[in-house]
Amino acid sequence: MDPECSRLLPALCAVLADPRQPVADDTCLEKLLDWFTTVTAAGSSLLLLQENPCLVELLFRVLKSQDLSSRILSFSLRLAGIFAAQEDCFQYLQQGELLPMLFGEVGPLGGAAWTAPAVRSGWIQGLRTLAQHPSALRFLAACGAVDTIFSLQGDSSLFVASAAGQLLVHILDLAMRGPARGRCSPQACDWPACAQKIVCHIEDSLCSIATPQVTQALNVLTTVFGHCRGLWTQGLWVRLSPLVARLLEKDPVPASHSLVDLLLSVARSSVPSSDRGLWETLAQTLSHLSPTQAGPLALGILKLQDCPQALRTQAFGILLQPLACVLEAAAQAPGPPGLLGGAAGDPMTADTLLCSKSACVGLLCCALTHLGLLQPLPQRPSPWPQAPLLGAAVTVLRLCSGSVAPTSDVGGRLCAILVGCGRVQRAALDFLGALSQGAGPQESVTQVFSVLLEYLMSPESSSMVLKKAFQATLRWLLSSPKTPGCCDLDPRTQLFLRELLPVLQKRLCSPCWEVRDSGLEFLTQMTRHCGGQAGFRQALLASEVPELTKQLLQDPESYVRASAVTATGQLSSWALLAAPASPERPGAQQKSLLVELLHVLCADSEGFPRRAVMQVFTEWLRDGHADVAEDPERFVARVLQAASRDPDWEVRAQGLELALVFLGQLLGPRGSHCPCAVALPETAPPGTLAQALPEAAPPGTLAQALQVLCRVQLFEFAFRALFDCDRPVAQKSCDLLLFLRAKAAPCGSPQEAGDSPNVASVEATLQRWQAGEQGQPLGYLEPGAVMAVLRSIDLEGLRDTLAESSDHVEKSPQSLLQDMLAAVGVLGENEADCY
Amino acid sequence: MKLYCLSGHPTLPCNVLKFKSTTVMLDCGLDMTSTLNFLPLPLVQSPRLSNLPGWSLKDGNAFLDKTELIDLSTVDVILISNYHCMMALPYITEHTGFTGTVYATEPTVQIGRLLMEELVNFIERVPKAQSASLWKNKDIQRLLPSPLKDAVEVSTWRRCYTMQEVNSALSKIQLVGYSQKIELFGAVQVTPLSSGYALGSSNWIIQSHYEKVSYVSGSSLLTTHPQPMDQASLKNSDVLILTGLTQIPTANPDGMVGEFCSNLALTVRNGGNVLVPCYPSGVIYDLLECLYQYIDSAGLSSIPFYFISPVANSSLEFSQIFAEWLCHNKQTKVYLPEPPFPHAELIQTNKLKHYPSIHGDFSNDFRQPCVVFTGHPSLRFGDVVHFMELWGKSSLNTVIFTEPDFSYLEALAPYQPLAMKCIYCPIDTRLNFIQVSKLLKEVQPLHVVCPEQYTQPPPAQSHRMDLMIDCQPPAMSYRRAEVLALPFKRRYEKIEIMPELADSLVPMEIKPGVSLATVSAVLHTKDNKHVLQPPPRPAQPTGGKKRKRASDDIPDCKVLKPLLSGSIPVDQFVQTLEKHGFSDIKVEDTAKGHIVLLQEAETLIQIEEDSTHIICDNDEMLRVRLRDLVLKFLQKF
Repeated sequence: MDPECSRLLPALCAVLADPRQPVADDTCLEKLLDWFTTVTAAGSSLLLLQENPCLVELLFRVLKSQDLSSRILSFSLRLAGIFAAQEDCFQYLQQGELLPMLFGEVGPLGGAAWTAPAVRSGWIQGLRTLAQHPSALRFLAACGAVDTIFSLQGDSSLFVASAAGQLLVHILDLAMRGPARGRCSPQACDWPACAQKIVCHIEDSLCSIATPQVTQALNVLTTVFGHCRGLWTQGLWVRLSPLVARLLEKDPVPASHSLVDLLLSVARSSVPSSDRGLWETLAQTLSHLSPTQAGPLALGILKLQDCPQALRTQAFGILLQPLACVLEAAAQAPGPPGLLGGAAGDPMTADTLLCSKSACVGLLCCALTHLGLLQPLPQRPSPWPQAPLLGAAVTVLRLCSGSVAPTSDVGGRLCAILVGCGRVQRAALDFLGALSQGAGPQESVTQVFSVLLEYLMSPESSSMVLKKAFQATLRWLLSSPKTPGCCDLDPRTQLFLRELLPVLQKRLCSPCWEVRDSGLEFLTQMTRHCGGQAGFRQALLASEVPELTKQLLQDPESYVRASAVTATGQLSSWALLAAPASPERPGAQQKSLLVELLHVLCADSEGFPRRAVMQVFTEWLRDGHADVAEDPERFVARVLQAASRDPDWEVRAQGLELALVFLGQLLGPRGSHCPCAVALPETAPPGTLAQALPEAAPPGTLAQALQVLCRVQLFEFAFRALFDCDRPVAQKSCDLLLFLRAKAAPCGSPQEAGDSPNVASVEATLQRWQAGEQGQPLGYLEPGAVMAVLRSIDLEGLRDTLAESSDHVEKSPQSLLQDMLAAVGVLGENEADCY
Repeated sequence: MKLYCLSGHPTLPCNVLKFKSTTVMLDCGLDMTSTLNFLPLPLVQSPRLSNLPGWSLKDGNAFLDKTELIDLSTVDVILISNYHCMMALPYITEHTGFTGTVYATEPTVQIGRLLMEELVNFIERVPKAQSASLWKNKDIQRLLPSPLKDAVEVSTWRRCYTMQEVNSALSKIQLVGYSQKIELFGAVQVTPLSSGYALGSSNWIIQSHYEKVSYVSGSSLLTTHPQPMDQASLKNSDVLILTGLTQIPTANPDGMVGEFCSNLALTVRNGGNVLVPCYPSGVIYDLLECLYQYIDSAGLSSIPFYFISPVANSSLEFSQIFAEWLCHNKQTKVYLPEPPFPHAELIQTNKLKHYPSIHGDFSNDFRQPCVVFTGHPSLRFGDVVHFMELWGKSSLNTVIFTEPDFSYLEALAPYQPLAMKCIYCPIDTRLNFIQVSKLLKEVQPLHVVCPEQYTQPPPAQSHRMDLMIDCQPPAMSYRRAEVLALPFKRRYEKIEIMPELADSLVPMEIKPGVSLATVSAVLHTKDNKHVLQPPPRPAQPTGGKKRKRASDDIPDCKVLKPLLSGSIPVDQFVQTLEKHGFSDIKVEDTAKGHIVLLQEAETLIQIEEDSTHIICDNDEMLRVRLRDLVLKFLQKF
């Protein structure tokens, strides 16, 4: 601890122990605890206490004081825990009988302060930190703390109750972690008394008829198997598993959620390697729980890396059950074996589906979500019933839209429950999207496309459902097979596209902005991936979609305008905006798009469309868009000019990104050797600019490049950004200038232009900018002057300063102590700026 | 209580309720779907239509869906629930000998008048040179092509009424306000309640002192322009008659409005015209409001909207003056003051223009592409016929059907082949089945009566069990020409007691909380009101103890014996008997009470809960003595 802090500490302790002094806020106390944790981690706590007796005194005074705030009491308990975590310091505090007074029955435990949850929480956290060594265990046993922790498991404050459970686990782990505890003997006599007591408590709770107690025990065990790695956990499971299994005999199974968590936690631990009985318990649990409760367990089992095939089959069956019931109910006639290989759906699942709307919706949504999560995993069940699952997803969607007419009674009831249910529609569409990763038989895919089209067309689809339908459609379109031999869409997909585009067209005219927005997003993604495919191009150009998209640049909703900007940008990149019928004026329409987007950048009142424009422009520049390639200099100059005035920092930051792309094109990309891109092997690994500084460029090319940069006023933009009030912009600009300086290192010597009047005036202007007066422009800069200025600015220093967090100046412990003292007026003047 | 069901169309109901000696007709909707069997009446000579082969003769085309189930001259009152449900009024008030009163709200009458005026105007301005009725002969009819040969009861199809008949019919209407109580002959009280469907649309409560019948017809829970539906007043009904639910239960109006706007914008952007066949009032107000918000965002500000109807001007203006009948939001606008509907602004800025017909100013102003709202939705008459002929050939144009009353495919049939796009966006804001089931749960009527169409899923979607009324006990259904006995019995009647008679009553408390008094009075009944009046003075005894028969004019005013109450404690009674010298008394318990046996006197006294019998042989003295002893234990009044 530095001397200044040591000097301030007594005053602070006095303030803390004084009930008349209101302490700053909880944050200060937390910061103080953090600081003490750091200090004790770095050195001896005993020494700390000996050098700063005020600390022990504080703890004593806290105990004596009657009307101290619960916050200070809680703080003191946790502070004592931090000190006592080191065994020698623990002994030292024990000598003063301080610990029993703090944590024993004579302490706050029995007093009125105990009613405050903060105090109970502090007591638990203090013990949690303290319990690091065998002496602590003996202390806990001696002061009867474990019994108190048991009772706190049922505390009215959820935080306290949860912390109590975790503390129990920690104590159990500490007790069992001793060097000789490696064996996994379930024999109680081998276990330390403390562990014994806790395990007995857990056993009692598991046998209790009160569900909350069972839940507490299960939660503690879940944490044990999730966090403790010792071999003893295997012994613990052998000992407790009969009790857990007995829970399954009750009807209904108590605390089923916690039970599922526990079983999964055990299954993921080292237990299964020693106890094969676990798989049996899991199988039993699967068959005992209701379909709704069993779903999460089944998913967990299927995610396990290695577990018996039979159990996996059973678990998968449970996940498939609801969909199997749906398929069975909606079947017109007994068809080919469905999801379950021809076996009938479980009557219990069918009952759950039909008992109420909420149960039905809940079960179906869970099943769909679980299966969707499973689909992309490498350990998903194999064989994966892709075709029946597709059939089930399509059937669910058709039931929800009312477009399927089941003949069975159950089907009719299901239809009445599901029709128009947005939640199930969304879940089913997500699932259908996930299924696009696998192939399917021809007729299933046709059905998928037709149900997607039905949803996209239906006026009944809500905006959220439409969004999901667009997403699923995109996934299916992108995963559809390409025609062998050429990289074009297959005829079926093309047919679908031709039907889809009129629907998209209508959706782009929807009065609901969310729908227009999702339509545009779909179009953007579709174009990004299929813009080069002839079939897609043909269909799109034959439709009115490109024209409509352009019109949406004037949409009253800013999100839609932003999406329209991105979409038109993408369309234009693929030359999909120009009407093919006007070959005599190629690019005429696209040029006007550039102008239009520039207008959005300059005139739009909202940030989103302007940000989108900058992204489009950056992409255009990077990809060598035809319009940009015509006169990149003019383009960059216009864009930077507009971006530099933008009030939105993201637009300015994106402007720097664009400038960087331009620089890369002029001077060669990051890490490359030469702007002429001579094929030399790259030596520097790709990384940030600062890390992988490029090598210098040849002087001739460089001089030209600098001329260009000066003409487009890139430096004025970058220098302004360097002093931007938004840190990310300044950082980015700093990186850019560093990159440039490194590239241009050999261009001229420092003496050349360093003393010219031009340089001096630039530097003066920059200083004013730094001080916040950004009104004055730099005017036209000579490349020489720029380089001189670049060399004279301490860019590295600036970069380091910017890399610090904004409160780095005020973050020191000394400052913290001063702040706290200043807040209560102990310090004469408020020297520190309290952040 | 009986319900005579005269219409088979659930949204154009016509029922007659006989309740407590009154005969109340509930709505008189006019089912015009049979017009679809006829060719359109073009405003301009249409070579295409007039050159169609065969069957070129036309008949009048308005139809009345009625039967001889009931003599309509006996109807006392007609209650109208909304302007769509009064279109048959002239047929009833002018041709059946009806002499009663019609009750309706002011907007209903005004807008109803506009609809009738428009209908008459549409028909009368294209007079037919010939008319034919011979084909109605059954022998000829069966030779006609389908669907005409399958049409039922063509003999009941009528010519359209005239403006004189409309005026005469409307003159029989008495205006009412929401929640106003109207006495019908003192027997029942009828009250209109807001139904939320259209301007001035009402549900009706028909109640007596002890019975309540609710008539729910064409109601809406959506937030559109009219005052919201009054549900609370429908509670505690014995019978709830439920008609006029949405005709398109699978289409949600919001989705349809979205569909309408998208298709409209798509067409206009491509340089096409949009035709919206519609009624001159109702959903059009909401559509114009949606478009008002939409056109700027969709870049359609320069597109003209035309509203063509003989009553277009009145309809747009009427809507702005019925502030008290509008929803709260629109009502508050009036105080700002602003016009409640934004179509005023559309008119001001020249975006919406209205014309009585395509002739005159319209032909000068007409600019394409444009959007035209005009009638009639059946596409058989009105200016819409002209636009169908004009625009039908181009695939750039679109006709968007928003009114659900007519099958759009049938409506389009005479115009085929048709190049123009057809979009079906039926907007029906009336209750759907989910809303009905919530409403019924809330209101909890004892019995629900509804058209049979509502008790089973629609025939085209027989699996949609959700598209029917589901309530307990199951709803009673009716079909056309059926008479239903409503399932409740009248058990009480309210009777007033004149003050002087009430003064003379001396109630006696016979047990805590229950007092009794005997009344002798004359029951006077007039105008379905029952009053107990003091009896006339008793006539001078005419001598003799002989009972006089009650005569018709003077009620029998014989002095009544007092009424007895109380119970006889057997033990005490036996003691009293013993005190009075009876001996050898034996008491037997029976199922209903006791039998006291006076063996010596050979007499038997049967004491039961509600009677006491003294049985002795020819010893009147003994009987009287015993009777007096029994009476000592009883209270008299």
